[in-house]
Amino acid sequence: MAYSDKVIDHYSNPRNVGTLDKSKKNVGTGLVGAPECGDVMRLQIEVDENNIITDAKFKTFGCGSAIASSSLATEWLKGKSIDDAITIDNMDIVEELALPPVKIHCSVLAEDAIKSAINDYRVKNGLPALELEKSHH
Amino acid sequence: MLTTPIYLDNNATTPMDPRVLEAMLPYFTQKFGNAASRNHPFGWVAEEAVDYAREQVAKLIGASEKEIIFTSGATESDNLAIKGVYEMYKDKGNHIITLTTEHKAVLDTCKHLEKLGAQVTYLEVESDGLLDLQKLEAAMTPQTILVSVMYGNNEIGVIQPIKEISAIAHKHGALFFSDATQAVGKIPVNVNEDGIDLMAFTGHKMYGPKGVGALYVRRKNPRVKVTSQMDGGGHERGMRSGTLNVPGIVGFGKACELCQLEMEQDAKRLSALRDKLENSLLELEESYVNGNKQNRLPHTTNISFKYVEGEGLMMAMKDMAVSSGSACTSASLEPSYVLKNLGLSDDLAHSSIRFGLGRFTTEEEVDFAIENTKKAVNHLRELSPLWEMFKEGIDLDSIEWAEH
Repeated sequence: MAYSDKVIDHYSNPRNVGTLDKSKKNVGTGLVGAPECGDVMRLQIEVDENNIITDAKFKTFGCGSAIASSSLATEWLKGKSIDDAITIDNMDIVEELALPPVKIHCSVLAEDAIKSAINDYRVKNGLPALELEKSHH
Repeated sequence: MLTTPIYLDNNATTPMDPRVLEAMLPYFTQKFGNAASRNHPFGWVAEEAVDYAREQVAKLIGASEKEIIFTSGATESDNLAIKGVYEMYKDKGNHIITLTTEHKAVLDTCKHLEKLGAQVTYLEVESDGLLDLQKLEAAMTPQTILVSVMYGNNEIGVIQPIKEISAIAHKHGALFFSDATQAVGKIPVNVNEDGIDLMAFTGHKMYGPKGVGALYVRRKNPRVKVTSQMDGGGHERGMRSGTLNVPGIVGFGKACELCQLEMEQDAKRLSALRDKLENSLLELEESYVNGNKQNRLPHTTNISFKYVEGEGLMMAMKDMAVSSGSACTSASLEPSYVLKNLGLSDDLAHSSIRFGLGRFTTEEEVDFAIENTKKAVNHLRELSPLWEMFKEGIDLDSIEWAEH
């Protein structure tokens, strides 16, 4: 199966690889997936007092599409308010990276990672966790 | 000079040796006759070529040429052997024994026969991929008509104790069939010394053409018969109808002859290169060889690089063709069943890469593969949250992963 140019670009030059200090109150961490399933994503956001995401980092264990999906997600997150960030849909990622049907679960995982990071941030800051629809992939 | 991409997936298929192609060429255009045409020179020439190839093939495995049935490849040979024996001998018993690590062509054929009333025992292998002979002994029953055990495994390369296995099968009055697709032409295989009654192998894994293979069927001590699976003109002693693929058979024969002449030196050279590759890659932390290292095909190694995922890794190993035990698609999130049957955890199975060297692999290519693989593993570990956790001393099993 051939990868799209955008997947190859994100895979070869992943944006925002790294780790934020998860003990900080304004850092939200999402860890989704499982090693047995062949993909694990950790996505982190740093949020300022205006609820704007000032930094985002990721690390991913998985195939090229999973790495590209999380790299793209961090790019999109930076500069967004957390309210806008929660609206990012996995199909936006599918479209941007031209993922084939067999790789859609990678985008779903990225969406889960975003939501999980935002919820971690919300809970840390005394906000109720958002009800997330359970995704299947 | 190194030309990329380099090919290290010779267990999937091998390039054809140019000498094989040369032998085949006349049989497409000038010597195009049907080997079954008995009444004119075109047919005679074709028949003669097939006879010669049959000798070349038989010689490589220590058989008589009358014991070689040409087929379209190993999958057909597996089907013909197992279904053919079952149909021929089912009045004697309906029990078949095989391994969980067999090729799908064997496993799915056995599953098919289960629907028709066969009883199949799928023996598990040990953690090194080898069969424990006592387990086989214990599984044999008076109803057992066939034991089917592959010679060398396609994914990890382990070589089963074939002589001992056939002896146990025979002691209990069962026939012994071996799918020897990965072994024939790579290591010495002799059907008499090994006690093999039926054996499948194919041209394209030994530098011959695709679409042609053989089933060895023993004629003496005992005389084995299989029920044909295709009705028609009664070719191949009635066991496999269909006009013979003369150019393919000629090429297959030539490939066998070349293997017989060059196997020893190829094996020596390739096992040295394989060891170099393997030892260099094992310098990477948390990397493990899968399968028994002593009883193994000379050209194969299968290594798990913990905390990186195989498919992602293959993408990073640019300009290299290898194969992974991981299949990250929605259709199959299941990693390799062979590796899982060794008792490997799913995450280690997802992290595996198979390297298959071949006759045309050079040392320069192996050096390139070493550098390239190391770079890729290190790059992906930088990206891997699991690697970071491992480095921080976090026990990954202590984490409650969100199953998905």
